[in-house]
Amino acid sequence: MDFRLSEEHEMIRKMVRDFAVKEVAPTAAERDENERFDRSIFDRMAALGLPGIPWPEQYGGIGSDFLAYCIAVEELSRVCASTGVTLSAHTSLASWPLFKFGTEEQKQKYLVPLARGEKIGAYGLTEPGSGSDAGAMVTTARREGDHYVLNGSKIFITNGGVADIYIVFALTDPKSKHHGTSAFIIEKDFPGFSTGKKEKKMGIRASTTTEIIFDNVMVPAENRLGEEGQGFKIAMMTLDGGRNGIAAQAVGIAQGALDAAAAYAKERKQFGKPIAANQGVSFKLADMATAVEAARLLTYQAAWLESNGLPYGKESAMSKLFAGDTAMKVTTEAVQIFGGYGYTKDYPVERFMRDAKITQIYEGTQEIQRLVISRMLTRD
Amino acid sequence: MDFQFTEEQLLLRKTVRDFAEKEILPATGDMERGMFPREILGKMATLGLMGITIPETYGGAGLDFTAYVIAVHEISKASATIGVILSVHSSVGTAPILYFGSEAQKQKYLPKLASGEYLGAFCLTEAEAGSDAKNLKTKAVKQGGHYVLNGSKMFITNGGEADTYIVFARTEDGNITAFIIEKTMPGFRTGKDEKKMGLHGSKTVQLHFENLQVPAENRLGEEGEGFKIAMAVLDAGRIGIAAQALGIAEGAYELALQYAKNRRQFGKPIHAFEGTGFKLADMATNIEASKLLVYRSAFLRSNGLGCKKEAAMAKLLASQTAVDTAIEAVQIFGGYGYTKDYPVERFMRDAKITQIYEGTSEIQRIVISNQLLREKRL
Repeated sequence: MDFRLSEEHEMIRKMVRDFAVKEVAPTAAERDENERFDRSIFDRMAALGLPGIPWPEQYGGIGSDFLAYCIAVEELSRVCASTGVTLSAHTSLASWPLFKFGTEEQKQKYLVPLARGEKIGAYGLTEPGSGSDAGAMVTTARREGDHYVLNGSKIFITNGGVADIYIVFALTDPKSKHHGTSAFIIEKDFPGFSTGKKEKKMGIRASTTTEIIFDNVMVPAENRLGEEGQGFKIAMMTLDGGRNGIAAQAVGIAQGALDAAAAYAKERKQFGKPIAANQGVSFKLADMATAVEAARLLTYQAAWLESNGLPYGKESAMSKLFAGDTAMKVTTEAVQIFGGYGYTKDYPVERFMRDAKITQIYEGTQEIQRLVISRMLTRD
Repeated sequence: MDFQFTEEQLLLRKTVRDFAEKEILPATGDMERGMFPREILGKMATLGLMGITIPETYGGAGLDFTAYVIAVHEISKASATIGVILSVHSSVGTAPILYFGSEAQKQKYLPKLASGEYLGAFCLTEAEAGSDAKNLKTKAVKQGGHYVLNGSKMFITNGGEADTYIVFARTEDGNITAFIIEKTMPGFRTGKDEKKMGLHGSKTVQLHFENLQVPAENRLGEEGEGFKIAMAVLDAGRIGIAAQALGIAEGAYELALQYAKNRRQFGKPIHAFEGTGFKLADMATNIEASKLLVYRSAFLRSNGLGCKKEAAMAKLLASQTAVDTAIEAVQIFGGYGYTKDYPVERFMRDAKITQIYEGTSEIQRIVISNQLLREKRL
């Protein structure tokens, strides 16, 4: 066992933290207020290699690992959860399945520009009638010659509208449901592809969340990812790792709120002393810090397991469950420590609290994480 | 980073786990009825468990702090009673001599403690000095080549059964000083034997010192160094208790998991109901989180790195997890869990003390928040 980060990981943390503080934090409140996605931030992240952290150099990445990727998502989310999820969806949900299941041609054509950050990726699984029950999707992909014709729509698509490449799941054999699902790589310029409703959200407002619509979209057969019928497996395996990226986002949000609350508790004086001198406040900070440390260790453990080719499905579900709940609790308490000021937009903690809530919902709700974990525990 | 145990650590864990199953589990009934597990401690000594972290030159196994944590963790899965006896003996009964003792003191006491010939204990708490340890009243007056101790200590684990005691008393200058006391010294008396909610079979007693003559060479460290020694060993001690709490949580969880697989209601195993399955998921997740905090603080301690905040966090979360998990385990067992026919009710009673001794959860929060507010932040 060794609980220390390597020098390489420490360097990546420092680089991303500096970048986050200098380039991301100054506009975080404004982008949140105006629901503004800023492509120039993504472009600057690309200059640092952040969109391709875990991928080998031959595919445009920087050849690091999933732990480094989680550290980057954490550090970005510490100042702006929207930027964190943009990178997380791009890496875990769009690039990961390409790396894992793509042919060499698909990797060269799609993974390389994603890893270099020349293009942004997204993932389309959820539908209006198919949330936690991903097997209930109705989007279809009908084979016609050397193409598939896609019809249907997907909702709640992170990076929707700003992404260039979408990994989309559709039924190639509607009768077989799970086993009739296939995955496709779709470019935003394919005729018949369009972006629908842009969601107005409580939080992560500087990231886009949209509907995407397929109206007889002609997808070349070579853009099918994996085999026909493999789609559900690809979707679920992608989410196993993806949820650890969300855990990292949750850890970052919680750390950002904790830092702000601790600094405020030291400064703010009431009854002639800093409020941190009251156990009612300092004990909250102790509980918050303990939960954040535990959440971080769970997240790093799952990332380390994945980086080392070991099973990580249960551990990443645990990290998402624990970190998501921690983010919600810690940000709520941070607003409490700030009192009336915390409820205003003059301080960032109310944004952290709004941002935290989504980590309990997307890439598998907490209830789905518990289902995943309990099934693994009781499996003989 | 590396989140895996080494081969050596896995081997140790297996050895301790096998021992706990074969030797400790069958004796839990007798311990519940009050038997002090002398015989089991003897067998543990044969395995080298009573002196895990003591260097081989002093008769110990010469392993690191993580090895010790593995032992307390695994043993507590079977019996929190044996877990606390080992933890107190090692972390706070023996370690102070290793870290602060003179060479002569080490030669005299460590081999006996490490071999299990002697059992160790630690005496800080008094009736009016619990969390506020500095408020202790026991006096030590120097007279020639001796110190004369007078006063009483409360809640002493291993009290009466132990052969040596690390005792904290106030010397004439008003400062706190540590002493190594032997049970056989005249003026040493065992008082009230506490009746406890849990940890049956372990001793928790009052001790009285009545003109107890302690040779000056049994002073541990310098005069006035006592509080520093007490706080330093408690940092390590609370990692031991965190490991005990982790063991209690895992022990209760494993019983609940097995029961939830076997017990059928409404035609299916009860784990198939989300009401139970989700409980198991939460229990396992909290245990995993606690385990990481516990083993990280053990790793830091093994490598001589600072771990004050980390140890306090480990104890705070692991003890909360032990209580929560044990209560939910009883819930999963339903009416059966409330009876003495199943061991989960014992885990629930044993769990509670981990939030109280070697620094209450409230004291851990003070330690954590003090460290946190001192750290420089961006």
